[in-house]
Amino acid sequence: MPGLETLVFYGLAALTVGGAAGVAFSRNILRAAFLLLGALTGTAGLYFFMGADFVGVTQILIYVGGIAVLLLFAVLLTSRIGDVRVSNRALGYGTALPIVGLVGTFLVVAATRAAWRQTEAVAAPTTARIGDAFLREYLLPFELVSIVLLMALVGAMVVARRAVRDAGVAAATAAGVSGAASEPAAELAPSRSATS
Amino acid sequence: MSLAAIGLRHFVVLSAVLFTLGLTTVATRRNAVAVLMGIELILNAAALNFVAFAHYGHGAITGQVFAVFVVVLAAAEAAVALAIVLSVYRSFRAIDVTRLETLRD
Repeated sequence: MPGLETLVFYGLAALTVGGAAGVAFSRNILRAAFLLLGALTGTAGLYFFMGADFVGVTQILIYVGGIAVLLLFAVLLTSRIGDVRVSNRALGYGTALPIVGLVGTFLVVAATRAAWRQTEAVAAPTTARIGDAFLREYLLPFELVSIVLLMALVGAMVVARRAVRDAGVAAATAAGVSGAASEPAAELAPSRSATS
Repeated sequence: MSLAAIGLRHFVVLSAVLFTLGLTTVATRRNAVAVLMGIELILNAAALNFVAFAHYGHGAITGQVFAVFVVVLAAAEAAVALAIVLSVYRSFRAIDVTRLETLRD
């Protein structure tokens, strides 16, 4: 009779691996995006399982709430809804799967055979300690990451804004599809209304 | 690998499986957004390892700090990559990574 801990772990692991397998093998790009949501949520559950409350909440807020939704938007903006399957053919299984299988087998064998030094796990609230670490030992990486985020934000807006402007020109010449598609794209580039 | 007590080994194996699936996605997909999803899976596997080693090793906090860094950098990477994907889609009307062979303004 397995304990509750074991059941919870294998449930979360099944959710994560099932979602990831769906991302890897689903023929429908939209379905893959939704299954990615499952995989990311399962990972967040595993973080909670290990007592990493802050990382788990961050995972849900940023990955599930932000990145996955952004990916869904990108899927909807770049696929013609009728034929989401067309651009999604997975070629090269013949060459990719042996290589990937080899790497995966090596990793799993290494992980199961290695003599991991494992100490008794302690479960304590982590948020205060993480904040402390950010403002003491990891102050420089913390500040650097803020600059990286700012640069990524500005860079993404610049790149996407040019795309929207090009689409506007294209819409003027060829009416219809591209003009309709550029409207949601404006939501991804919030600076457009401010600068133009 | 005992079934009874969940330990560090379980998480490392799970992370290896997750990484392998992400690698499969990156290797076999031709849709740029799907390739990005594979990269997210790989980053998730790495962050899972960080947290697992932090949890089962002396209760140190360092691994969790780096997991947060991984999440933040994944967010930045996703934003920039999706902007590029949108831009490419406007130019080529396709995001099939095998068909993008020209550079143009």
